[in-house]
Amino acid sequence: MEVCGGQTHTIVKYGIDHLLPGEVELVHGPGCPVCVTSLEMIDKAHAIARCPDVIFCSFGDMLRVPGSEFDLLVLKSRGADVRVVYSPMDCLKIARANPGKKVVFFAIGFETTAPGNAMAVWQAHRQGIKNFSVLVSHVLVPPAMEAILQSPLNRVQGFLGPGHVCTVMGYHEYEPIAERYHVPIVVTGFEPMDLLEGVLMTLRQLEAGTAVVENQYPRVVKREGNQAAQDLVKKVFETCDRKWRGIGSIPRSGYRLREEFYEHDAERLFEVDKIDTQEPSVCISGLVLQGVKKPHDCPAFGKQCTPQHPLGATMVSAEGACAAYYAYGRHLEAGKKALQPV
Amino acid sequence: MCLAIPGKLVEISENAEGVRMGKANFGGIVKQVCLEYTPEVNMGDYVLVHVGFALSKVDEEEAVRTYKLLEAMEQLSELDDPEAEEPVAKDSPTRPPP
Ligand code: SF4
Repeated sequence: MEVCGGQTHTIVKYGIDHLLPGEVELVHGPGCPVCVTSLEMIDKAHAIARCPDVIFCSFGDMLRVPGSEFDLLVLKSRGADVRVVYSPMDCLKIARANPGKKVVFFAIGFETTAPGNAMAVWQAHRQGIKNFSVLVSHVLVPPAMEAILQSPLNRVQGFLGPGHVCTVMGYHEYEPIAERYHVPIVVTGFEPMDLLEGVLMTLRQLEAGTAVVENQYPRVVKREGNQAAQDLVKKVFETCDRKWRGIGSIPRSGYRLREEFYEHDAERLFEVDKIDTQEPSVCISGLVLQGVKKPHDCPAFGKQCTPQHPLGATMVSAEGACAAYYAYGRHLEAGKKALQPV
Repeated sequence: MCLAIPGKLVEISENAEGVRMGKANFGGIVKQVCLEYTPEVNMGDYVLVHVGFALSKVDEEEAVRTYKLLEAMEQLSELDDPEAEEPVAKDSPTRPPP
């Protein structure tokens, strides 16, 4: 299993899964933060974006994620002030330029994005920018890997570890997982050759019967990660239980703001607590995210569910497995196979 | 959205709020990057950037190794013919001994 959505995208784009011998199957993991952000959180974001005097800022890929009723783009077309930012630091500029408004940033992402969001909160705190807050929905990779390995449905025998998450966090956290579940983990990059080499290193371990953490991506990843980034993340965030879209709650799998930064916590400022949500029943994105099913196992894939009309989150983000399969024509292939006489 | 891309540092400065910033060139597009997490980098270094933050310096030697792998693979694909398929898979490039 490749953990990261960026890796899924490269694999499907270059057809790496098709190039490998039949005995090697790649299943796609939960590593697309857009996909796993819970429906409740998206509905909360929408509730906040609708409030008067709010400028709601987000990374571009969150705009089309369907909530229970609509997406952020629809809200924008109805007059809400929704803005796309490249970096969370852009929000500080917007907050300074609009002192009469409340600027809220939708802080989603894995450990890769946490240092950026932590820095924005830290600088707002330090510079006294009171009209900036974040709606935090951070998720963490190692607890999700453990949840997958503990599931009775688990089929994963080896992991391509998330190269950019490990750039920040290092990979010592993965060593106990490899040992406890006897599963090789190879920290892998994002170029096609990185993925091929990652697969090769994983296969060599499986053949040798070893289960350790190896680093395919040493041009970027060091075992200890980026200490300065980890320090600020720890200063601003603390771990909490987190609900994953399609998977459910995983203990200690998220970050929330620490007590002392509560004045920048949008969830508290806007009191958007009680939100009930329901997923469309046909969508099996939860099983796709855990590597149990592939997108083409879903009856809606490429039919009722397309990137233009996504039913589930794995179809919305380009890094979601369903969207990647669709973008590179796998829905056409599935049709062709069905037509072939057996 | 977890993708981070390497860019070449073309400017290093400190902004009005005392935050270490810089500019990185991504194949012709120049963008602002925050350098607070990479105090060790210098002008001309390649950094891996995600949501406007440099997260790591890209190790040149290791990058060269990876590009050599790519080259090796391309050479292999040139040699590719149906009969060569088996040995090509077996001789896939390996990590040089440490
Ligand atoms: S194709 Fe659509 S409905 Fe089916 S699992 Fe993927 S996102 Fe859900």
